Amino acid sequence: MEKRVTFNERWLPYLLVAPQIIVTLIFFFWPSGEMVWQSVVLEDAFGGNTRFVWFDNFVQLFEDGAYFASVRLTLVFSALVASLGLAVSLLLAVMADRVIRGAGIYKTFLVWPYAVAPAVAGVLWGFLFNPSVGVVAGLLRGLGVDFNYVSNGNQAFLLVVFAAVWAQVSYNFLFFLAGLQSIPRSLIEAAAIDGAGPGRRFWDIVFPLLSPTGFFLLVINIIYAFFGTFGIVSSLTQGGPGQATNILVWKVYNDGFRGQDLGGSAAQSVILMFVVIVATVVQFRFIERRVHY
Amino acid sequence: MVENRPFVTFISHLVLILGVLVIAFPVWMTFVASTHDQATMLRSPVPLLPGPHLIDNYRQILFEGYGRGFSDNPTWLTLVNSLIMAVGVAVGKIAISIISAFAMVYFRFPLRMAFFWAIFVTLMLPVEVRIVPTYGVVASLGMLDSYSGLIIPVIASATATFLFRQFFLSVPDELTEAARVDGASPMRFFWDILLPMSRTSIAALFVIQFIYGWNQYLWPLLVTTKESFYTIVMALSRQATAVDATPSWNLLMAMAMLAMVPPVLVVIVMQRQFVRGLVETEK
Repeated sequence: MEKRVTFNERWLPYLLVAPQIIVTLIFFFWPSGEMVWQSVVLEDAFGGNTRFVWFDNFVQLFEDGAYFASVRLTLVFSALVASLGLAVSLLLAVMADRVIRGAGIYKTFLVWPYAVAPAVAGVLWGFLFNPSVGVVAGLLRGLGVDFNYVSNGNQAFLLVVFAAVWAQVSYNFLFFLAGLQSIPRSLIEAAAIDGAGPGRRFWDIVFPLLSPTGFFLLVINIIYAFFGTFGIVSSLTQGGPGQATNILVWKVYNDGFRGQDLGGSAAQSVILMFVVIVATVVQFRFIERRVHY
Repeated sequence: MVENRPFVTFISHLVLILGVLVIAFPVWMTFVASTHDQATMLRSPVPLLPGPHLIDNYRQILFEGYGRGFSDNPTWLTLVNSLIMAVGVAVGKIAISIISAFAMVYFRFPLRMAFFWAIFVTLMLPVEVRIVPTYGVVASLGMLDSYSGLIIPVIASATATFLFRQFFLSVPDELTEAARVDGASPMRFFWDILLPMSRTSIAALFVIQFIYGWNQYLWPLLVTTKESFYTIVMALSRQATAVDATPSWNLLMAMAMLAMVPPVLVVIVMQRQFVRGLVETEK
């Protein structure tokens, strides 16, 4: 889409785009180029010698069992976070769409967790499940479950999943609610007159009409699980115990900054870049289709 | 509602109330912990109702800091840093993206599409992925431990530019024609007509970007080494993962409350702008 009426100026438009382009060049293209470069060179620990090694860093990565363990972990993690997060928020949104009295209050009480930083969410959940003082951990102990996320890998993983879902529910809820409210009442009323009950109406009318929103949210939630959960892992488990919560985005950071393995970290970044590119393309194609509806 | 089914309505309310309670529970426990003294918080079972030490705890964490060899930084300082960063990021993003969107919609000039794509591809690589090389760039520019290092690298935003572009494209051409007939310069048109018309979009974007800036975690973690530049979210996370034999849960949770309250208040008070901003920036 283009404007019919425009201004004629020679230098002004360049001046106007300059700030954004300069910031983008310095803080996006320069480091990105550096990243791609680092992924194909080998640097010695003192930064003195740099040798071009083609795809050795990638080969090394693919031969590393720990990397695939992290890939598997991230896939399971994002599947759990996305499915749980979408299911819970869809349930809440459908309920909030149903009730007339108090809908606004429920909405207010359900949207605020969006404002809580993932790193803070990690601290809150760590406190609830703290092995010595956590309320929920104490409750579980009363039920005979020994919950100790500091030493038990599976429990640590579950806890990160819960914290990640908690921090994302309000976002999904808002989009589902907006999607539900845009479905014409007349469709639902017509189905009701034809004798369809609430369950039938949901599965045959509401659910299919909501699928564009659901698909959009699925992509967003997977991206969130891949990248947005860094703060949660960082303040809750730091990737541990062992490798139990060492998801890819944490591994990139950990290998690069703590392990000082710049080539390996850069190679991982390049791979993650492709994940985001695929997700962005999928999302844009889908949005295009929705516009043409 | 289509028909009256009291039982289904009852269930709906039940599910919603349960949802609200589960979502609020971690924050409630955090608040309760911030109102007791340290001894109470180390004794099991921990209390479920607020205690009498609210003012003591918040006074100590705000003005004296966590203390005990970990950090002597009073928390009010980290709150100020977070505020500077949040406002800086929000204002910076809006400022640079509104003028670049203006240029791309209202002018025809060589390289226009190249600029558009250059901005577009920034969507492809979230900051979490390119942290190591970006850190290198910021370090070589000498911007570590500075407010400009905290703010400027995260203000390049494709989403904000697209939002304004979308909005400008919907502004009727007649306005531009009228302005040109009256002899208004492009900048005059921008200041007197476009900017006032963009008020609601700017407000919506400000809310979203303020929260985004306040909640930045990884970036401050990388570019600050001096405690005087720590932001609240990052200071809290550092404190939470520090190994401590007898942690001061009361102070830590008071800190967590202080990290949450400003952005949560923004969302609740400006809920309309927030919802609008969220839905529009993601479109």
